[in-house]
Amino acid sequence: MRHKITREVERVDARIKSRGELPYLADYEFEDRLYARVVRSRVARGTITARNTPALPEHYHYITADDIPPEGKNCVRMIQDDWPAFAEHEVRYYGEPLGLLVGPDRDTLAQLVEQFESAVEYREHEAAVTIDEGLALKGGPVHGSDNLFADLHTRKGDPEGALKRSARVIEREFRTAYQEHVYIEPQALVGTRENGMVTIYISTQCPFYVRKAVSTALGLPPDDVAVVQTATGGGFGGKENYPDVVAVPVAIAVAKIDRPIELILDRMEDLKYTSKRHPSRVRYRVGLDETERIIAVDVDMVLEAGAYESSSRVVLQRGMFSSNSVYEFPNVHVRGRAVATNNVPSDAFRGFGAPQGLFAAEMLMTQIARVIGLDELTLKQQHLLKQGSPTLTNGRIYEEVKLPEMLEHVRRVSGYDHKRAAYGLGLGRGIGISLFKHGSAFTGNGEQEIIKARVRIRKRADGRPELLVANVEIGQGVLTTFRKIVAEVLDIPYSEVVYDNHNTSQIPDSGPTCASRSVAIVGYLLQEAAKKLKGRLHEPGEFEVEQVYEHPAHLHWDAESLNGDAYPSYAWGVNCVEVEVDRVTYEVNVVGVWTAYDVGRAIDEGVIRGQIIGGAIQGLGYAGLEKLENARGRFLQHTMADYCIPTSLDYPNVDYALFDNPYPYGPFGAKGAGEVVFDGIAPAFGSAVQQAIGCEIAQLPLTPEYISERVHGTDRTVHTQRKTHTAEPQPVASSP
Amino acid sequence: MRRLLDVLREDCGLTAIKEGCGEGECGACAILIDGRVVDSCILPVGAAQGREIETLESIRETARGRLIVDGLSRGGGVQCGFCTPGIAVTIEALLRENPNPSEYEIRDGISGNLCRCTGYQQIVEGVLYTAAETRERSR
Repeated sequence: MRHKITREVERVDARIKSRGELPYLADYEFEDRLYARVVRSRVARGTITARNTPALPEHYHYITADDIPPEGKNCVRMIQDDWPAFAEHEVRYYGEPLGLLVGPDRDTLAQLVEQFESAVEYREHEAAVTIDEGLALKGGPVHGSDNLFADLHTRKGDPEGALKRSARVIEREFRTAYQEHVYIEPQALVGTRENGMVTIYISTQCPFYVRKAVSTALGLPPDDVAVVQTATGGGFGGKENYPDVVAVPVAIAVAKIDRPIELILDRMEDLKYTSKRHPSRVRYRVGLDETERIIAVDVDMVLEAGAYESSSRVVLQRGMFSSNSVYEFPNVHVRGRAVATNNVPSDAFRGFGAPQGLFAAEMLMTQIARVIGLDELTLKQQHLLKQGSPTLTNGRIYEEVKLPEMLEHVRRVSGYDHKRAAYGLGLGRGIGISLFKHGSAFTGNGEQEIIKARVRIRKRADGRPELLVANVEIGQGVLTTFRKIVAEVLDIPYSEVVYDNHNTSQIPDSGPTCASRSVAIVGYLLQEAAKKLKGRLHEPGEFEVEQVYEHPAHLHWDAESLNGDAYPSYAWGVNCVEVEVDRVTYEVNVVGVWTAYDVGRAIDEGVIRGQIIGGAIQGLGYAGLEKLENARGRFLQHTMADYCIPTSLDYPNVDYALFDNPYPYGPFGAKGAGEVVFDGIAPAFGSAVQQAIGCEIAQLPLTPEYISERVHGTDRTVHTQRKTHTAEPQPVASSP
Repeated sequence: MRRLLDVLREDCGLTAIKEGCGEGECGACAILIDGRVVDSCILPVGAAQGREIETLESIRETARGRLIVDGLSRGGGVQCGFCTPGIAVTIEALLRENPNPSEYEIRDGISGNLCRCTGYQQIVEGVLYTAAETRERSR
């Protein structure tokens, strides 16, 4: 029996959005508003030798690092302060901001940008733009002496010894490319001064990140800056840190000019100059004993971080901790490096390192299975994590692992076993299954030592509860799910719950909207706060209850050695993708997608279903469609016509099933669900393509060009398995 | 010459029209001109001279417009919402032309509107609902 909270309700924001009545940033009116355009570097790496700043027309301003108040700092503070708001002498990537043009007319600004950018003279240096060039210190180090923002290790057992005594060692390398978020609303903000305070209205996932960055740059106490989140037209991680990068220059301009200033990136700017998903290179050395069991895994993961650190150290950790997927290996060493290059800094994107690690790990398992002549799923099942298993960071899986029954379900509804056998190898059809997990909430000590989330619920004079939290709606449904959690505790209709205050001056910092943490962490705090309010809604007047995050006592983490429980809980998934590969053009047609998830308990099945389907289609884009190439630091695809995201015609319907597995520290048992739904699609797709073409694949995206190279190329690992039988596939049972 | 999008949004205050790409690719700024779907971001205002323009602001007040909003809202066809107004306009044009579309015809009809959140499936289901309800009520 499903808990009644899972029952789908209509999202609270659905009608106002589909009637076009909800204002986004561009729809706001500000009196005396000016517009801004960013002046950017036109080289990927160089020293500015002359700015030759052209004359400005009347009523126009050019804001640079010189305009930062003396008590401020020329930086966009994230984890480090290394990313400058405006480059002063050196530029590290193509498109790096040099200044901000501000004025009343947008067409005039566009002409001025052209004049200002072309006037700057540089002594250009050789740029490093790929992982390999970054590691080779091409052109000299971009960062430090070794180009590494992070060089981390985690170790379990005795991997070196186990590799030495292995009967067989298998080596593989996997690479993944960029992905652009393509939120449909571009980066957008208005900075102004209200009640004497610098106030930023902005499309963002993390209003307190913006506040931190702006207050640091201006040298103000955080409380002297207000950030108001406006309805946000998609984020996917792209509005986690990058809004800081556009907000800080505008805030500097507001402090000087004292007028409302609007900066909305046009789509081409947004595609060319905003952060992307980290490209990756993951190498494995895997040791097997005489019985063909995996006894040692040595992983070398490198992420391409770009010119400044941004969140790469943390993305890297999640990538490393995902590099064994859902398997228990007794001896493991993982080295992770985030390498600097002369590209725009890579940053958060749904999955946050896990898609790179999981793609590599899952493809690795399929390829080991081939080498030793075992069925892929058999090999995976032999090594599956279960309740009580140690993790690769010497933590523990505390929860029941429902993967076996989820796998069983997906095999049945997809017809996997029959199709896998019937399609043979290299005959144009294939079906693949991936298994995976995603840790809910921040990695390691993030929640308990860095974020320390705090929520409040106000009992208003009219008797309604009002949620005071920093987490925001970005399309994922939190306006609905948070209301449902509190309403369920208080036994009132969810429409009675008020949740519309997104001004940092009036809400506590419950942390950013990311990391599959909103429902899992903040939703739990709201549930616990609501319990304190239970039976008190009829009391007179206004009062508040508060709840502060406490890390569950059984969890331990050592940030130095990266040892312990990296995550409080995990969401688990099984994905199956079926494909047909055109044997002339090598285009891949996806025929079916079947999924199963354990997200603890769904707070709303409609919301979760939206995450599952949307995540799957975005994942298929990553796997096979979205190609973003970089040449000498410039992205070659920078319009929506040539960076193609999935349309309604590209992929079939997605089947899904939810497996309840309530988590004691989640609201009504819920765990995170926003990212796990993306993580596993690419390796399922990859496994299906391998079967269809009869060759190993080792990269994303799996474009027709790459597949053609694999089939016709010299480096061709041909599989020797023979087609077993040729029966037509049987009709497949439909999902419950 | 100014873009039709800017004139409608800024001079007429019709902000249900959204600008997603400015290059005629994403469909967030879709409007109807003489009943046909057009991306208003790539049309100079002069091209609309003497022609009938409909935007979501008028469509949403009609009987079918209300059912389009119903269809999108009840089944999860809306997430971040930025593409949604353009999709609603496109659905209106689709259903005028074809009151009983197949799933494929719906997918084909909305293929000029990009959505990064939903994966489209729940939008398609919403249109099937709207079409069925519209037929039911017009009997």
